[in-house]
Amino acid sequence: MSENTQPTGLQDKAERNVWLFAFLTFLTVSVAGLVEIVPLFYLDSAMPAKHIPGVVWKRDGKSLDDWKEGDGVRPLKPLELAGRDVYQREGCYLCHSQMIRPFRDEKERYGHYSLASESMYDHPFQWGSKRTGPDLARVGGKYSDEWHVAHLTAPRSVVPESVMPNYPWLLENTVDGEGLKSHMRGLRTVGVPYTDADIDSASAITGKTEMDAVVAYLQVLGTMVKFQEGVTYRE
Amino acid sequence: MEEAAAEQKYNFDVVRWFAVMTAVYLVVGALVGVYIASELAWPVLNFDSPYISFGRLRPLHTNAVIFAYGGCILMATAFYTVQRTCAVRLWSDKMAWFTFIGWNLIIVSAVITLPLGITQSKEYAELEWPIDLAIAVVWLSFMFNFMMTIANRKTSHIYVSNWFFMGMMIMITLLHVVNSAAIPVGLFKSYSAYSGVQDAMIQWWWGHNAVGFYLTAGFLGIMYYFVPKQANRPVFSYRLSVIHFWALMFGYVWLGAHHLQYTALPDWTGSLGAAVSIAMIIPSWGGAVNGMMTLSGAWDKLRTDYVLRFLIISLAFYAMSTFEGPIMSIKTVNALSHYTDWTIGHVHSGALGWVAMVGIGALYHMIPKVFHTPIYSKALINMHFWTATIGTVIYVVAMWVSGIMQGLMWRAYDDYGTLAYTFAESVEAMHPYYAMRAIGGGIFLLGAIIMLFNIIMTVLKAKGSGSIKAAQSAAVAA
Repeated sequence: MSENTQPTGLQDKAERNVWLFAFLTFLTVSVAGLVEIVPLFYLDSAMPAKHIPGVVWKRDGKSLDDWKEGDGVRPLKPLELAGRDVYQREGCYLCHSQMIRPFRDEKERYGHYSLASESMYDHPFQWGSKRTGPDLARVGGKYSDEWHVAHLTAPRSVVPESVMPNYPWLLENTVDGEGLKSHMRGLRTVGVPYTDADIDSASAITGKTEMDAVVAYLQVLGTMVKFQEGVTYRE
Repeated sequence: MEEAAAEQKYNFDVVRWFAVMTAVYLVVGALVGVYIASELAWPVLNFDSPYISFGRLRPLHTNAVIFAYGGCILMATAFYTVQRTCAVRLWSDKMAWFTFIGWNLIIVSAVITLPLGITQSKEYAELEWPIDLAIAVVWLSFMFNFMMTIANRKTSHIYVSNWFFMGMMIMITLLHVVNSAAIPVGLFKSYSAYSGVQDAMIQWWWGHNAVGFYLTAGFLGIMYYFVPKQANRPVFSYRLSVIHFWALMFGYVWLGAHHLQYTALPDWTGSLGAAVSIAMIIPSWGGAVNGMMTLSGAWDKLRTDYVLRFLIISLAFYAMSTFEGPIMSIKTVNALSHYTDWTIGHVHSGALGWVAMVGIGALYHMIPKVFHTPIYSKALINMHFWTATIGTVIYVVAMWVSGIMQGLMWRAYDDYGTLAYTFAESVEAMHPYYAMRAIGGGIFLLGAIIMLFNIIMTVLKAKGSGSIKAAQSAAVAA
C-alpha cells in the first residue's frame, strides 16, 4: 500500500491549514446531532401520547392537591420533588431504571410500558441504563410506606438477596422547604408549570425527613396515568 | 544527544507532570472501581456511610478513570506528540501549566463533591455546574494551545495523530456545552435544561461520544503516534488513516440512540442509531488493521518488546469491542443485553483492554524519553502486561456470563406461562460473577500499582543521576 501516500484536493488543503481542518471536522461531527436530536424538540412523534385524554393532567387552575391518582402527568409535589432530589443525590438511577420496555415479561414484572409523556417534567430524565435492582417506573402503590421505610433502612431485612446499600441517614436528615422553593423556581424556568401557589406550599414540608420525601416520590412513580384498554399509546 | 536536543527545544516539563499523574490516577480510579465492584458482591462494604455508598462512589470511579486517568494521559500524549510531529515548542508554556493545574484542581473538586452527593445525575457528566464551567475553560485552553502549536508547525502537513486529537477536542467541547446546559438553583445544585425524551437523547449523544471521541478518537491519536514509533515502522496505510478519520468523525456521533432502543424514544431514532452502529464496524476495523499491520515485517519485536505488546493487545481489544458494540446495538440483541451486566462487560473490554492498555503502552514509551533515563525494570513491565491482560479477561468474562444470564432469567417463563424467576433470584444468581469481577479488577489494579512503582523508581533514578538537568544543559549542535 505504498502508492498514493500523498493527499490531494481538499484533504491536502485541510492538512496544510489547521483552521480549515478544524472547521471541516466541526461540520462533520455536527450532522448526526442535527438529524437525531433537533427534531425531538418539535416532532409530535417525540411524545406521541401527549394529546390522548388522561395522559397529561388538565390542570385548569386547580391545586396540586386536587389531583387524583390517574388524572394524568403532573409536576411533582414539593415533598415528592425533595424525594427526587435525594434519589438523584444517592445515585439511585445508577442501579434502577425508570423505563419499561414493551415486552411481555416487562409488562408482567413491572407494568405497562413507559410513555415519553410520563417523564416530560423530569429534569434530568431518570430512565437509567442498568438494572442491578428492578425497574421503578411503576413502583408507586406496589408496597406500603412501612415496607419502603424498612427496605430503605435495611434492604436485606425484607429482601435477603438484595445488594442495595442501607440508607439509615434518610431517617435522620430533614428536608428544607424554603430551599426547595428555589429548586421549584428553577424547574419553572426550564418548563415545569409550577404556580406561585405550588411554590409557596413548599414551606409546609420543612421538618419532614428525607425518608418521608423519598417514600412520597417512590409512591407516586407510575401512578399518574391511568391506562385504558384498547388505546394505542405508541406505535 | 538527540533527546537532549528535544529537551531543550520542547516543553517536556508539563508532559512529565501529566505522565506521572496519569499513573497515579490509574491506581486511584481502578481502586475505587474494585471497591464498588466489591460492594455489589458484599454489600456490607457500604458500611452504612453515605460517603462510600455505591451510588455516590460509582460516579467517582467513572470520573476518575475517564477524566483523571484518561484526561491526564490524553493531555500528556497530546502535548508530547504535537511538539514532536510539528517540530516546534508548545505555543504557550504558561497556558500548558494553566491546563495542568486547572485539570488537576477539577479532579480534586470531583473527589470532594461526588462523595458528598453533589451531582447533576447525568452519567459521565455528574459534576455540578461550577465545575462544568471550569472544565469548559480548562478544556478550551488545552485545545487552543494544541491548535496554535499546530498552526506554528515547521512541517508542511499535519500528522494524522493530530487529526484525531483535534477531532476529540472539537467534539468534546460541543458535547460538554450542550449536554451540561442546566439551570442552577444553588451553588451545588442544578437541573438539566432538558427533560424526558429530549434529555435522554442528548445524554446518550454525550454518553456514547464521550466513549467515541474522548476514549476512542483521542486514544487513536495516541495509537497513530506511539505504535509506529515503538515499532519503528511507518503507519501501514495513509489512505486507510484518512478513511478511518473521516468515517469515525461522521459516523460515531449517530450511535448514542442505540442506548435507547425500545424506550420511549421514537423508534426511528433508535433504529437509525443501530444502523449506523453496524456500519461503524468497517472504519473501526480499518483503523485496527492500520495499527496492527504497521508491525508487518517486524512481528518478531513482540517477543522482546513489552511496550509494543501493550500497544498491540490494545488494538486487539479495540477490534473486539468495536465488533461487540454493533452486535449489541442490533435490536434483538439489545432487547436481551440492555440493562444487564453485559453492557458493563462491553464497556470494560473497551476501557481496560483498549483505553488503559494503549495509554499504558504510550506511557512506558514516553517516560524514558522525557526523563532521559531507561525504565527502572523491564521485568515489571512484563509482569504488568500479564496482570493487566489476565485481569481484563477475567473481568469481561464474568460480566458476559452474568449479563446474558440476567437477560435470560428476566424473560424466562415456566410451564404455566408465568415468569420463572423473581428479580431477587436473578440478583442472587449474580453473586459469584460479582465476586469474580472484583477479583479480575483487583488483578488489573495490581498491575496499575506495579506500573506506578516502576515509574516512581524511574523518576527517582532520573533525579539521582540528574539526567534531566544534564539534558537541559548539554551542548547541542544547533
